Amino acid sequence: MSEPISALNHASYDGGIARVEECGLQGMITLRGDLSDKVLAKAVKDATGQKVPNQRKALVNGDTGVCWMSTDELLVLVPYAEVEAKLAAMTNALSGVHALAVNVSDARAVFRISGASAREVLGKLAPVELSAEAFQPGQIRRSRLAQVAGAFWMDDADSFRVVCFRSAADYVFNLLKVAAQPGSEVGVY
Amino acid sequence: MLILNCPCCGVDAEESELAAGGEAHLKRYGPGSSEDDFHDYLFMRENPKGVHFERWRHANGCGKWFHAARCTQTLEVFGTYSAQVYEPPQEIKDAITAKRPGWTWRDFS
Repeated sequence: MSEPISALNHASYDGGIARVEECGLQGMITLRGDLSDKVLAKAVKDATGQKVPNQRKALVNGDTGVCWMSTDELLVLVPYAEVEAKLAAMTNALSGVHALAVNVSDARAVFRISGASAREVLGKLAPVELSAEAFQPGQIRRSRLAQVAGAFWMDDADSFRVVCFRSAADYVFNLLKVAAQPGSEVGVY
Repeated sequence: MLILNCPCCGVDAEESELAAGGEAHLKRYGPGSSEDDFHDYLFMRENPKGVHFERWRHANGCGKWFHAARCTQTLEVFGTYSAQVYEPPQEIKDAITAKRPGWTWRDFS
C-alpha cells in the first residue's frame, strides 16, 4: 500500500496577520440519514464519543468529532488511521436503518488558521458574519471561500479549521495566504 | 444584494451563497397531458412587477431547496418557507397582505 499524503503535505504560511497551515490527513466520514434516529445517534456516539449535534453545531475535539452539515447530514471526524475501522463499525450498526456512511477522507483538505486576526482572514473570503458575537467555537458554517465551497469551525477563540475539497486545496491555500498578508488587518472585528 | 433566511439551516444567506431555481409552485404536466398543458408547464412563466414566489437552493451551504416570497420591484423579502409544500403557508400570505393588500399571483391571493 502506498503511503497516503495530504493535498499540500503540511504546507504552511507564517509572517502574515495569521498563521495558515494545512493540517495533513484527517479521517472524515459523511453520514446521511435521519438525525433524530436513535440507532444513528448511537453509531455516532460509538465512533466519536459525541452526541448528534444540533443545527449548525460542531462537537470537535482535536481530530475526533462530529459536525452538523444539513438537516440530514453529519460530518464525522476520526483519526485518519482509524477511518476504515470506524466506518465498518458504523456501517454495521446502521445496517437496519435508512442511512449511508461514506469515507471521504481523501476527497478533502483541511486547513488551520490561527492568530489574533484569524477572523479577519476568513471574513475577507466568506460572506459570513464572523464577529465574536455571531460566530463562536462550537458552531460550524458551510459557505464559500471566494469561488469554492468550504466549511469552517473554530477550535478556540483564535483559530479556525477550514475544510474544502482536495481538488481546490491549492486554490484555498493561496486564497488564505493572500487574505493573511502582512499589514492587511482591517480591524473590523 | 439579496439576503434570504434558509429555513433548513437557519442561516441568513447572502445571494452569492444561493442558486436561483426559477418560479415556485409549478405543477408538472408530463406524459399523457394535453399539449397545451405541457406547453404552459414548459414555457409559460410569471414575470410580475411586485409579489413573486421563487425556488432557491442554498448551494454553498446546507444544499437544500426552499421557497422564497419577495417583491421584484423593491427586492423586499416577505419570507422563506419549506420546499415541501404546494402553496405558500398562511403566515407568508398574511405577511404579504400586510404590506401589499390585494396582491395576487397565479391562483394565490
